[in-house]
Amino acid sequence: MTSNRKSNNHKEGEKITGAQALIRGLEMENVEVMFGLPGGCILPAYDPLIESSIRHILVRHEQGAGHMAEGYAHVTGRPGVAMVTSGPAATNMVTPLCDAYMDSIPMVAITGQVGTSAIGTDAFQECDTVGITRSITKHNDLVMSAEDLPMAIRQAFHIATTGRPGPVLIDVPKDVLQNTMSWNWPSQDEVEDSLPGYKPNTKGHARMIKEAAHLILRAEKPILYVGGGVLKARAASALRELAEMLQIPVVTTLMARGAFPDNHPLCLGMPGMHGTATAITAMQKSDLLIALGARFDDRVTGRVNSFAPEAKIIHVDIDPAEQGKVRKPDVPIVGDCRLVIEAMIEALRDLLQGGEKQADLTTWRSRVSGWREQFPLAYEPSEPGEALKPQFCLEKLRDAAPEGTILVSGVGQHQMWSSQYWNFNEPYTWVNSGGLGTMGFSIPAAIGAKVGRPDKTVWAIDGDGCFQMTAQELVTASLERIPIKVGILNNSYLGMVRQWQEMFYEERYSEVYLSPDLPDFVKWAEAMGCVGIRVDDPSEVESAIDRANSINDRPVVVDFRVDAREKVFPMVAAGQSNDDVLLPPMQSSRREFLR
Amino acid sequence: MSNKVNPYGSAPTHHMLSVLVQNRPGVLARVASLFARRGYNIFSLAVAPTEQDDFSRITIVVDVESAPLEQIVKQLFKLIEVVRISELSPSQAVERELMVATVRASAKERGDVVELTNVFEGKILSVGADAVIVSLDGSPEKLDDFAELLRQYGIIESQRTGRVALPKLDRVVKTSTSKGKAS
Repeated sequence: MTSNRKSNNHKEGEKITGAQALIRGLEMENVEVMFGLPGGCILPAYDPLIESSIRHILVRHEQGAGHMAEGYAHVTGRPGVAMVTSGPAATNMVTPLCDAYMDSIPMVAITGQVGTSAIGTDAFQECDTVGITRSITKHNDLVMSAEDLPMAIRQAFHIATTGRPGPVLIDVPKDVLQNTMSWNWPSQDEVEDSLPGYKPNTKGHARMIKEAAHLILRAEKPILYVGGGVLKARAASALRELAEMLQIPVVTTLMARGAFPDNHPLCLGMPGMHGTATAITAMQKSDLLIALGARFDDRVTGRVNSFAPEAKIIHVDIDPAEQGKVRKPDVPIVGDCRLVIEAMIEALRDLLQGGEKQADLTTWRSRVSGWREQFPLAYEPSEPGEALKPQFCLEKLRDAAPEGTILVSGVGQHQMWSSQYWNFNEPYTWVNSGGLGTMGFSIPAAIGAKVGRPDKTVWAIDGDGCFQMTAQELVTASLERIPIKVGILNNSYLGMVRQWQEMFYEERYSEVYLSPDLPDFVKWAEAMGCVGIRVDDPSEVESAIDRANSINDRPVVVDFRVDAREKVFPMVAAGQSNDDVLLPPMQSSRREFLR
Repeated sequence: MSNKVNPYGSAPTHHMLSVLVQNRPGVLARVASLFARRGYNIFSLAVAPTEQDDFSRITIVVDVESAPLEQIVKQLFKLIEVVRISELSPSQAVERELMVATVRASAKERGDVVELTNVFEGKILSVGADAVIVSLDGSPEKLDDFAELLRQYGIIESQRTGRVALPKLDRVVKTSTSKGKAS
């Protein structure tokens, strides 16, 4: 563990305050940066922070601190840390915690709490933080004594980063921060002994892995169904080895984009509600789904009882509760994706060397590539003088992006187009809110990502609806000199809701129209210390992007005024079967090729 | 509530879980809120410290009509403070429950109630002018039968503890001392 790297030059038994112990504990856990906003109850902890090696980024709203911690964790793989005060600050942290829980993001949140003697009295800025966050954290803890702080911190980092990662919250009453304690730093063994019920299983069961290998070799229509767990397990290169070894096509879910390169001939793109027709159909027709760190989310399966009806399932997941939650696996394997994939490759090699033959996949692969030729992502390009298309903006952004650019999105149409039209060729270059679907995620998450990877260009693609939820964090970005770039696909609507109302509510538009001009995004950007650029016409797109890419001393906001009528295709309507994927209008006449 | 004749006996959808947890503040709230959040029904619940101070045992009777037992167990086991879960089948466990009930009993009927209580090997805890308080411990089915028979006199109020249970002991003497690793 990392904690032993920093030699403990603090004397065991040294008398310090709880606040000092908290900050020292974070340093011992090698925290380099944290995101937060001080207030009454957490005040004592902000004092020793002045002398600390930890960089603190002062946010404008506590939700921003949480999403920044998430963005940081997404791109670095290290736990993101957020610290805020009690009551309203803690409740503002609820959305990021739930977001991190749904997407398995390692995160440690520290909240202030009223003094121990005031707990339960409805004191000023008191709320039951531990109660409120119980079901949206992997674990949480109210620390009632300063002596307990070091162990609480050790446990929080241990739990957040091992097994299925997730958010852990530590609630610290004010007097616990103020009281004196004698410094102690528990060893790794002591931490593990203190958690007798927590022993994540990382190594897959050898017999199950062998059984999986047999199934894989016999499959005639296999698909690797890759989820976010592959990224959490740092298993991208193992995955690539497995796919190439047996030439098995790969789909990467919304949480796994980048886990397998989009430009690889075996990559079929994203499955699910707005996935590629090829990825959706290949899963439907498959005889073996090798699910790696994926959880059969309803957005991927469509109607569950008609999902991949002929497929056997190998399900690799570190969380036993995911096995059989949605679809009963034929071969369940509980373990870390990287370790299991590596063991699987070994098992496959043994079988092949022992003379076993892999089934011939030629027919399957030619069927899949037929779909790929017939059903590429498609939209109707605009004629000169017509409104700008959002997909066109994304293509231009993608083509102009420096290598290794990190793309961060909010939630809605722009998120789906981002996932579809970008080329994710490297892991950890895509950050989004998949499970919870948190509008407003992108600006703070992009700031966190840029803090974690200052060497990379970070583009936040946002909708005009999302942007208005968390835009104030651009003030944080300007002041802290975190030069992210923001592309707003401004269609003056809550676009995804508009799409559903158009398609499923007979074009009865209810409360979805925002405004193209209010707010004035350019002026707003400038007021927050950013460069603001407006783009109305397709001819202006490239120069605006070039200008944005050339600015590196402050954040840039590009307001792309795009066509509000544009819809996201393909689409599997909610609750429908994946067999009934709706194709973009110009492809719908070719439907029969999907058989 | 449907007026089931046998509300406390073992309905086929009921399963008993013995859950060993770290004895920490809020652990019961964690277990209860997990059941509420995932839409599982708790039928009865009993909790108390075990022979080791650091641990408590929660005996939960769950109604698995709401979700497969396997999923309930796995979600429960994700709670950091849950150390061990065993499913106890009624045939392989000893189960006990305690009931206290205030029963209407005029001077004329009192003898009948006392006799009935004695038949069941229960106890009379308190005697009033027109009622008695009785207690009975035993298997849930026995308590059901007793309550059913008391109903003719009129049960004014009653309280049951919920089941506590432990697995039955081996009757065969073990020949080998080597034990498999507990998984």
